[in-house]
Amino acid sequence: MTIQQASFSPYDNNGGTCVAVAGADYCVIAADTRMSTGYNVLTRDYSKIRQLADKSVLASSGFQADVRALQKVLEARHLTYQHQHNKQMSCPAMAQLLSNTLYYKRFFPYYAFNVLAGLDQEGKGCVFTYDAVGSYERTGYSAQGSGSTLIMPFLDNQLKSPSPLLLPAQDAVTPLSESEAVDLVKTCFASATERDIYTGDKLEILVLNAQGIRREYMELRKD
Amino acid sequence: MMMESPASAPVENSLLASPDSAIQRTKTPYVTGTSVIGLKYKDGILMVADMGGSYGSTIRYKSVQRIEKVGKHSLIGASGEISDFQEILRYLDDLVLNDNMWDDGNSLGPKDIHNYLVRVMYNRRNKFNPLWNNLILGGVKNGQKYLGTVNMIGVHYEDNHVATGFGNHLARPILRDEWREDLSFEEGVKILEKCMRVLLYRDRSAVNKLQIAKITEDDVQIYPPYALKTVWNLAAFQNPSASAPGSW
Amino acid sequence: MDGPPKGGFSFDLCRRNEMLVKKGLKGPSFLKTGTTIVGLVFKDGVILGADTRATEGPIVADKNCEKIHYIAPNIYCCGAGTAADTEAVTDMVSSQLTLHRYHTRRESRVVTALTLLKSHLFSYQGYVSAALVLGGVDVTGPHLHTIYPHGSTDTLPFATMGSGSLAAMAVFESKYREGLTEEEGVKLVAEAIRSGIFNDLGSGSNVDICVLTKSGKKYLRNYEMPNPRTYVSEKGYSFTKKTEVLMTKITPLREKVEVIEGGDAMEE
Repeated sequence: MTIQQASFSPYDNNGGTCVAVAGADYCVIAADTRMSTGYNVLTRDYSKIRQLADKSVLASSGFQADVRALQKVLEARHLTYQHQHNKQMSCPAMAQLLSNTLYYKRFFPYYAFNVLAGLDQEGKGCVFTYDAVGSYERTGYSAQGSGSTLIMPFLDNQLKSPSPLLLPAQDAVTPLSESEAVDLVKTCFASATERDIYTGDKLEILVLNAQGIRREYMELRKD
Repeated sequence: MMMESPASAPVENSLLASPDSAIQRTKTPYVTGTSVIGLKYKDGILMVADMGGSYGSTIRYKSVQRIEKVGKHSLIGASGEISDFQEILRYLDDLVLNDNMWDDGNSLGPKDIHNYLVRVMYNRRNKFNPLWNNLILGGVKNGQKYLGTVNMIGVHYEDNHVATGFGNHLARPILRDEWREDLSFEEGVKILEKCMRVLLYRDRSAVNKLQIAKITEDDVQIYPPYALKTVWNLAAFQNPSASAPGSW
Repeated sequence: MDGPPKGGFSFDLCRRNEMLVKKGLKGPSFLKTGTTIVGLVFKDGVILGADTRATEGPIVADKNCEKIHYIAPNIYCCGAGTAADTEAVTDMVSSQLTLHRYHTRRESRVVTALTLLKSHLFSYQGYVSAALVLGGVDVTGPHLHTIYPHGSTDTLPFATMGSGSLAAMAVFESKYREGLTEEEGVKLVAEAIRSGIFNDLGSGSNVDICVLTKSGKKYLRNYEMPNPRTYVSEKGYSFTKKTEVLMTKITPLREKVEVIEGGDAMEE
C-alpha cells in the first residue's frame, strides 16, 4: 500500500548552484536564480546572493527558508557589530561568524550550502567554503549546491590551487585576471546547466574589487 | 541565564518526543482547500480560489471562503488546512488591530503582512508544529503592486503570478505562457478562469464554484461565487471503446 | 512436493530484492526518462510528441534521446519510465507484430499492439516500469491509447504521460478541440511538449514529433530545438596533458613465452 496521508517534513531542497573565485585584487561570486522543489520550478528569478558587508558577499543554496533565516541572523549580527565597533565587519570575521552561526544549530541544522567571498584586510580576494554545520576553510575558489559536483572538478583542473600542506604556505589566490575569471564562471554555469536539472534560468554575477562592487546577469537555459 | 541539564530538558520540541505526548499538533490535515492562484495585472492583483473543503478525498464542504481581505492594502488566499487558515486570520486581525491602535496614520502594506506570515510559518515549522497551509499574499500600496507566497515550512518568494498545490503543476505553465505586465482586468479574469477550468477537469478536489478577488490602490473586492462553463461531450468520450474494438 | 508444478509467476527475486533493500543494500540506479510525452487524435490521424531529455537522478544523462519508438510502419509509441523497459517492451511487441504480419499478410492493428503491451506489463505487476502513449492508424481508423506500468489502458482523444504530463495536459485541456487539421495538431502537440520542457525539470531539450495518417508517417525528429547553450567562451579552454611519461621500454612477448602454432581454435 502506498502512503495516502500527507506527512510533515521540515526540510526541502530548493536547488541551485553557487561559485566563487578569488584573485589577487578582486573576487567573483556567482549563483543561478532558479528556485525549484522536486521537478517544479517555483520561480525563475530568485537571488541567492546577499551582500552582508562592504567587502563580504554570501551565496547560498539548499533550503530557501533556512537560507533566508540565516541571512537575517547574519544581517542582524552585523548591524550590532557596526553599532559596537563603528565599522564594517571584515570578510574573514564574517567567515568565522557564519561558521559559529551554523554550528549553533548543529542538531537541527540550517540546510544551507554557503560560499562566502570578498576582499580581506589587504584587499586580496578571499573565498570561504562551508558545510551545513559550520566546518569551513579559506580557499582560492569553490562551488557549492546542486551543480557543485559538475563544476568543482573543472575548477580544480583550470585553477589547481597549491596544496595547503606546502611549506612555506602558498597563496591560494588564482592567477587569472578579473575578466578571465568572469569568463570562467560563465562557462562553468553554462556547462552545469546543460547537465544539472536544478541549475538554470539566469546567472547573477558579483565582482568585488578596489573600485567597489559590480553586478551583471547572463541568461541560462530555461528547461 | 539558566542552563538546563539534558535530563530535565523539555521533550516538547524534540524529535524524540513520545507519540502520546500531551501537545496537540497538526501532523496531518483534516479539512483542506485546494489550489489558489494569484496574478498581477495592470491596476493591481487578481486572486482566485474555489470553495471546496475536502475531508480526505471526500468533498465535505462546498462554501468555504479561502480568500480574505487583510488590513487596507492586502488580500490573502490559502490552500491546506482550513482551521489553520482561520487561525491565521485571527493572528492577522490582531496584528492589524494593534497596528491601528498606534493611530499614526501608517498602515501595514502587503509586503509587511507577507513578511510577518513568513516568520510565523517558519517559526511554527521550527517547533515541529506547522500551520498546514500554502498562502498567497497580494496587494497594492503607494502604487506598488505586490504578490508573494509562503508554504508551511517557510519557503517564500515573489513573482508576477503564483499558485499553490495543484496550481503549481497545472496553472503556472499557462500563466508563464500568457501573463503580461499590462493585462487588463477582463484579460486577467479570462486567464484565471482558463486555469481554474483546467484544475476543475484534472484536480479531483476542485469544485465548480469559485470566487475571484481584486485589489487595486483604492478598491478591494471579493466577488460572489459563480460556476464555469465546461465541456464533457467530446465524441471520443461517448463510447471510448468503440474506436478500439477488443481493447478490453 | 509431489503433483504437477503450479502455474503462475514467480516473484521470488522481487521479494528477495525488497528484503535486501530493507537490509540496506543500494540497488543500481536506472536511466529514467523523467519525461513529457503526449499524443492527440486529429482530423486525419494521430500525432505523437516527446521531449528528448533522459535523466539519472538530478543529472541529465542524454540531452537528445529518442522517446518515440517504432512499433509497426503505421504504429508508433512514446515511452516514459525506465529507459531500458520502454525500449525492451516496444522492441518485443514490434518484433511480434512483424512476425504476425508475415503470417497474416495484413497491416498490424493498434489494438493488437495495445493488447500485447498491456498483457506483458500486467504479468509483471508493474515491475516493468513503462508508461506508454500508443498511437497509430489502421484499417479501423486512428487510435490513441495510454498504457500504465501495471497494464491498465485508456482510449482517449488526447493524452499525456510522464513527469511533465500535468504541464502538457494544461495545454491540451485548454486548447484541444475535435477536428483539428494536421497543421493545428502539430502546433498544439509542440506547444504541449514545450510546456513540459520549460515547466518540468524532468523534461528538457528538444521537441520530437511523429504524425501518423492513412497515407503514411512523418517522423519529425528535433522538430523544434528551443534550448541552445547560452554561453561559449571565446578563447576556449586547454586542459593540461596526461601524467608525464618518465620511461618507455617495450618487451616483445614472443621472447618470453613459448607459442604453440595450430592449437585448438578458441571458442567463439
